[in-house]
Amino acid sequence: MGLAKRIIPCLDVNAGRVVKGINFVGLRDAGDPVEIARRYDEQGADEVTFLDITASSDGRDLIIPIIEAVSAQVFIPLTVGGGVREVADVRRLLNAGADKVSMNTAAILNPGLIADAAGRFGSQCIVVAIDAKRADTASGWGVFTHGGRNATGLDAVAWAQEAARLGAGEILLTSMDRDGTKEGFDLELTRAVADAVGVPVIASGGVGNLQHLCDGVLKGGADAVLAASIFHYGEYTVRQAKDFMAAHGIEVRL
Amino acid sequence: MTHIAVIDYGMGNLRSVAKALEHVAPDATVEVTGDPERVSAAERVVFPGQGAMPDCMRELDRRQLRQPILEAARTKPFLGLCIGLQMLFESSEEGPTPGLGILSGHVRRFPDERMFSPAGQRLKVPHMGWNEVNQSGKHAMWSGIPQDARFYFVHSYYVEEHDSGIGAATTRYAFDFTCAVARDNIFAVQFHPEKSALSGLALLGNFVHWKP
Repeated sequence: MGLAKRIIPCLDVNAGRVVKGINFVGLRDAGDPVEIARRYDEQGADEVTFLDITASSDGRDLIIPIIEAVSAQVFIPLTVGGGVREVADVRRLLNAGADKVSMNTAAILNPGLIADAAGRFGSQCIVVAIDAKRADTASGWGVFTHGGRNATGLDAVAWAQEAARLGAGEILLTSMDRDGTKEGFDLELTRAVADAVGVPVIASGGVGNLQHLCDGVLKGGADAVLAASIFHYGEYTVRQAKDFMAAHGIEVRL
Repeated sequence: MTHIAVIDYGMGNLRSVAKALEHVAPDATVEVTGDPERVSAAERVVFPGQGAMPDCMRELDRRQLRQPILEAARTKPFLGLCIGLQMLFESSEEGPTPGLGILSGHVRRFPDERMFSPAGQRLKVPHMGWNEVNQSGKHAMWSGIPQDARFYFVHSYYVEEHDSGIGAATTRYAFDFTCAVARDNIFAVQFHPEKSALSGLALLGNFVHWKP
């Protein structure tokens, strides 16, 4: 036995509130990030990721008190992403209690940000999020921004390698072809990136059932699997997901 | 009321460590401090660390914290966390800056050429996630924590002690490495109890009440 594969529920936060329906039984406030994170912790989530989707810049700092409150009460690793533009943003989130900070577009525009942040705070807390989609690039997947609308011209596998070289301690890989489809991860993409980098890879985008989580690990080679809607809408608990994965021979923390 | 100092030398966020200690010891005074006098005054000392060990050592000296740390490691319940474990040793492959040398041994990087599972799969570095902690023997700090309980790790370097008597636990990642050491009033771990849910809180609770 050894290192467990991780299950990571992802919460979208808009102006300080968790959005998307949360179907936990007896939840007093479906938008309260602290209560939701605590529920996931109780279910056995290995980490929790908060994605700040606030569009307006004045609502963005509202993620800070959330992270402060969650980290004071939920003692598992917290990753925060969305709207990270500069090293000062990384510092602010880490000081609020985030264990890892995920950067996406800003790292594409300025790859030096990865090296600066990793040099300052350590690779262990720098995650580079990659939104990938099938495209006419060397590996067959390109890197996109703005919800998959804007092509960057970067190749997804090459960019993952470059991000790791610059100091990313982890890659959060989302298939924009699969995101929201419930058809499962893009396993070929996951496998291509997982085999190409020496740092852990989190598979994301497309989970519709528990078999998809198993496939991400067993076929995609992912070190961790991230899902949002199957947990948010109460279709499955994290615990059910872990039991299912364990029954399929995957080492998990039970 | 127990006074616990969490040593702050400017290398990262100690909020989680402090909050977790407050959670398990609501009656204790938990103070995050970089003041050498406050560290000396504390009854218990937590020595955390993140980032690169050479940077940590440099910052620690810049803030005149070496002497109070050495003194605490001799005289009172002392808990090292992550880089706070690594800094207790003599040297690290991470850089030429020596460690505190309180414990005999070295800090090594997970060697690429050995990072394969028994099935031949490549193992990622950093070693990130929940792994099993195999306790080497009984210790008050393991009280109530099951053998092979999982704790949260995130690190690329591990300690290799020279004094075989100080190993308190091992974890397997390609090979067995020492993930906890114990000597007299010192206990130090590679993993992050403040991020290890109930097992981690149990360990921190044990520290608050530990009478070495």
